[in-house]
Parts: sequence; structure tokens; C-alpha cells
Amino acid sequence: MSKFVSFITAGDPSLAKTKEFIGILSEHSDFVEIGLPFSDPIAEGEVIQQASERALRNGVTPAQVFDMLQTLDPARRGKLVILTYANTAFSYGYSRFFGRCADCGVFGAVIPDIPYEERGEAAGYAAQHGVHLITMIAPTSAGRIQTLAKEAGGFIYLVSSMGVTGVRSEFSDDLPGIVAQIREVTDVPVMVGFGISTPEQVKAVGAFADGAIVGSAFVRIIAEHGADSAPHLKKFIKELTGNGPVPIG
Amino acid sequence: MNAKFGEFGGRYVPETLMNAVLELEEAYRRYKDDEGFGKELSGLLNSYAGRPSRLYFAENMTRDLGGAKIYLKREDLNHTGSHKINNVLGQALLAKKMGKTRLIAETGAGQHGVATATAAALMKMECEVFMGAEDTRRQALNVYRMKLLGAKVHTVTSGTETLKDAVSETMREWTRRVSDTHYVLGSVMGPHPFPTMVRDFQSVISWEAREQILALEGELPEAVIACVGGGSNAIGSFYHFIEDKGVDLIGCEAAGLGVETPQNAATVANGRVGIFHGMKSLFCQDENGQIAPVYSISAGLDYPGIGPEHAALHQTRRAEYVAVTDGDAVNAFEYLSRTEGIIPAIESAHAVAYIIKNAKRYGGSVIVTLSGRGDKDVASIARAKGEELYE
Repeated sequence: MSKFVSFITAGDPSLAKTKEFIGILSEHSDFVEIGLPFSDPIAEGEVIQQASERALRNGVTPAQVFDMLQTLDPARRGKLVILTYANTAFSYGYSRFFGRCADCGVFGAVIPDIPYEERGEAAGYAAQHGVHLITMIAPTSAGRIQTLAKEAGGFIYLVSSMGVTGVRSEFSDDLPGIVAQIREVTDVPVMVGFGISTPEQVKAVGAFADGAIVGSAFVRIIAEHGADSAPHLKKFIKELTGNGPVPIG
Repeated sequence: MNAKFGEFGGRYVPETLMNAVLELEEAYRRYKDDEGFGKELSGLLNSYAGRPSRLYFAENMTRDLGGAKIYLKREDLNHTGSHKINNVLGQALLAKKMGKTRLIAETGAGQHGVATATAAALMKMECEVFMGAEDTRRQALNVYRMKLLGAKVHTVTSGTETLKDAVSETMREWTRRVSDTHYVLGSVMGPHPFPTMVRDFQSVISWEAREQILALEGELPEAVIACVGGGSNAIGSFYHFIEDKGVDLIGCEAAGLGVETPQNAATVANGRVGIFHGMKSLFCQDENGQIAPVYSISAGLDYPGIGPEHAALHQTRRAEYVAVTDGDAVNAFEYLSRTEGIIPAIESAHAVAYIIKNAKRYGGSVIVTLSGRGDKDVASIARAKGEELYE
């Protein structure tokens, strides 16, 4: 059965609401990715950029986000994946950052601007604290695919198409081929993200990869409904995942 | 080719861009020492951009200030009016060799955008320039210039609507379309190989200046002084003097309303080590690593970071970085206009301001790089002085 990863930005519209939304999304997700807002997220499209700006205007800090995550029940915490940018983790101190991830039971961290070439400075700390530093693979990775995949743990984040995050209708034609190449060197699950927003796309991705990651589409719902987003998120994630609840734990 | 300068530099870009960055490094490595490429580039620099640029003895200034014998390295006399053309011609030529047909660029003051649009017109390439909304207002004439040259100008409305956001947006655009597109980064910043490559293309400034000063004075200068935003004209001015330990290298960053106020762009004075825009370097940021909104009267210095080689030169104390306020820069802008009949870019005026204050500290010659001409700034300085002048 296909896996599902949802994403929302922490602190949009408030940390209390983020906690409530994690509760809803984790009922139907294998992983819930939480964006620690960064001022200048260069891999994000407008939707997530604006969510980050809203969260930062609310004064959200990494320490506050970790504090909130720590209040979640342990079964939900194991599903957490943190998404942030290099400077957030670097500024916090890698050791302290991954330490706090571990305290919260976080499964992995996605840091788009720490590519394979720069992993060395963070990977040791992540491993020491038992947090997966998630490997990203892109349609342009070409000759690098297997080198990257061999290092991967937790899951592999396969970028669906060129560009930044955001809803789109076209994905790279090469994805099944890339997955096949990954399969030759590792059994780590491959999740496809960037631009996925419909049940049809989730299903199509499930045909050749282990699962789908949906971000901007959830964030857009929160942008529209703010504190009242809960029922809308619930309805949407059920549509995306075919109503199939994912057992917690 | 080393990707780092001490602990600074690196390639902190998303995987989607990694192959583009590696491909660029490969191409640069192949062409940088290629005789044909070198000949073609110096041909363009000489016949099209108007190099070598003059090293002008500023006699009036020297007499007026007392102390240093002041020479001005006249990058303002280059085609398109600034040092930016040195780098742009190099990168555009390289992009052409790589089979790219489209150039994209960020711009702050518009000088780099105009230079890129110019090279694109010359080499028959498509060109799109990203410019912060705030900068399109203060540099409206340059927006029109770029359009005149056939470029498409995108107004960036994210974040602080200035140079930082223009860089982010250009990186995003490169991620969207990488196969036919080269990102002509305008300063010695971003992921490797940009800081090294842009420095190499700009080092023509100190290559010429060193020969020129030796021919004129028979000895090396006491100091080389240049303004620093990202730091391309400064590193170009410093590079061939780095090994000459007796030559002081002084970078003038933008203090805006003052380094102690929230309104400045003085990265060395106020920044700390961080990772942003593809590089590890010094950045103005808050205690949580959020990049700080910065301010300078000069759109070209209004950037919260500094190139990694500058961060390393600062760390080893080989270069000294000083902060110059808006007020001192505006005074220097007016002073040079009246004293030498040269209207400098407001960016370059930051370097001029330093020598106005410190000329008496020197007994021998100093070189001040005029990175660009000030025509683009006349209207905004007039407005800052309370004149109702619009372009």
C-alpha cells in the first residue's frame, strides 16, 4: 500500500493550530512534515514562502516549535519530519538542532540546501542523535542518482519536476526510470514530492514509487481558512489518501 | 579548483541545481586557461568594453585632502558604466560555449542587469532580469535601459523587495529552467564556482592597476580601497595585491544610517557566519538565523551577506572592512563631482568617503576603485537632498 506524507508550516496561523492540524494529518499520513519557517526559502514557491512569512510575523522560533512538538503524544511524534533550511539548523547549532529533533522523537530532517556535497558537516550530528538526514534526488541528478541513494536513510525525497514547490500539472517523464535506478542500490522507500495536489496524482505516483508528499495544497487551505482549517484539511486528506486511515505507531 | 576559502564558500544549493553548478564548474575549468577563450574574452574586454580602464591621478583631491597620493581606477568608464561588464562578458561567453541560449540575472542598482542585457544583445541571447520592486522604483532609468536592450525585467515582490530577494528569485527561476539557461550571478557570491569565477573575471581590475601604478610610481601603493556589497569590484581590485603584504586592502561596506542602528547593510561589522544563497559566509541575521532586512541608500550595497573570499580575508585580517554611512557617501558623491568633475556611483562613493576621511594617514599612493558612474543616482540623490527631481 502506498505511503503518504503531508506538509504544513509551523506557526501558520499559530503553533496551537499547528498542533491541532498535526493531529488531523497524522491520522492519514505515514509522515507529517513540519516546516520550520526560514526568512528566505529558496526551494519554495509562493504558497509556502507566504506561509513562512506569516509564521515569522507571528514570531515563531525553532525553540518554540520544538517545545510544541514535544507536547504531542509519542505515537504521533514518531511520524514527524522537520523541513528547514541550512541556516536555521546551522544557527541553532547542528548538535543542538538534531538533539532537539531526537528529544521530540522526530524521524528525519529535510534540508534542501544541504546537498550531498555538504552533508558531511551535518550528517554526523544527525546520525549521533538517530535522526535521518533525508536525501533529495531530482530529475537532473542523472549520474549522481545511485551515489546519493546509497547514502540515504529513512526515505528518499524524489523531486517530481524542475522548479520550486507549488501546485503543477506536469511531472518529469523520467521518474519511474529514476526510481528503478534507486531500487538497484537501496530498499529505502522513495516518496515523490513537489507539485502534487490531486488524488489522481497521488495514485499515479503510487504506481511507480512508494508514496507521495503533498505540501503546498495543504498550506493553501490554511492560507484560505486560517484557524478554521481543520475540517477542510480533514476532508482534503481523506480525498487524497482514498479515505484509508494509516494506523498510528 | 577549491570550493572553499577556509571555512567559507561551498555549494549549498538544492539537488535540483547541483548538476548545473557542477556542469558550470567543469566548463569553467575547461575554458579558463584555454587560449582561444582567453583571446576572445580579452578581445571583447578591449574593443567592446573599453579596457584597459584608466588609472587617473586625482590631483585636485590629493592637494585638497593632503597626505595620500590618490589614484582612481576608472571602472566607471567601462561600457555600460561599471565594473559589472568584466564579469558579464566572461560568463556570457562561457554560457555560449556551453550551448546555453538564455541568460538570467539578478540586479540591485541595475548595473549588473544592464551589463547582462548588453552582453545578451551582443551575443544574441535571450535575457531576463530579476529586480526587487523597491529597486525598480529607485533605479527606474535602468529598468528602461534593460528593456531597451531587449531584456525582460521581472519585478520581485517577495521579502524585502531588494537585491537579496532578486537573487532568491533568480535562483528559483534557474531551478525551473536549467537546461538552456545560465544564471549570470553578478557578484563573488553564491555556490562554487561563482565566487572563484567572478573573482577571476573581475581580477582584471587589479591586474591592470598593479601594472599601471608600478609604471607611474615605480612602487606598489600603500592601500587599495573599494566598496563592498557582495564584493565583486573589491575582490577584483584586491586580487593581484593579496600577496603584496605591504598593501592595505580596505573594503567599504554600507553603514546606512549607522552600524548601531537597525538601518544598515554592514555585514562584516554586524553579521555572523551562516549559510545562505548557496554559500557559507558572513550574513546579517537575527539570533534564530533569519536573514535580516538590510538598508543602504545604495541599491548595489543593499545586501545582507558578503562573498566567501571576503569573509576569509576578514578572518585572516588580510583585508580590513570599514563601514561608511549614507551621509558620508552622499558627501563623497558631491565632493568628487565638484573636486574632480567625476560623478561616481553612490556605491563607489562609499570608497571615496573612506579616503576623504583617512587621506592624512597615508604618505604614498593609494588606489580607490570607482566601480561605476553616478548618472543612475543623480535623481535619487537629488530627492534625498530634498529636490523635486524626477527622471
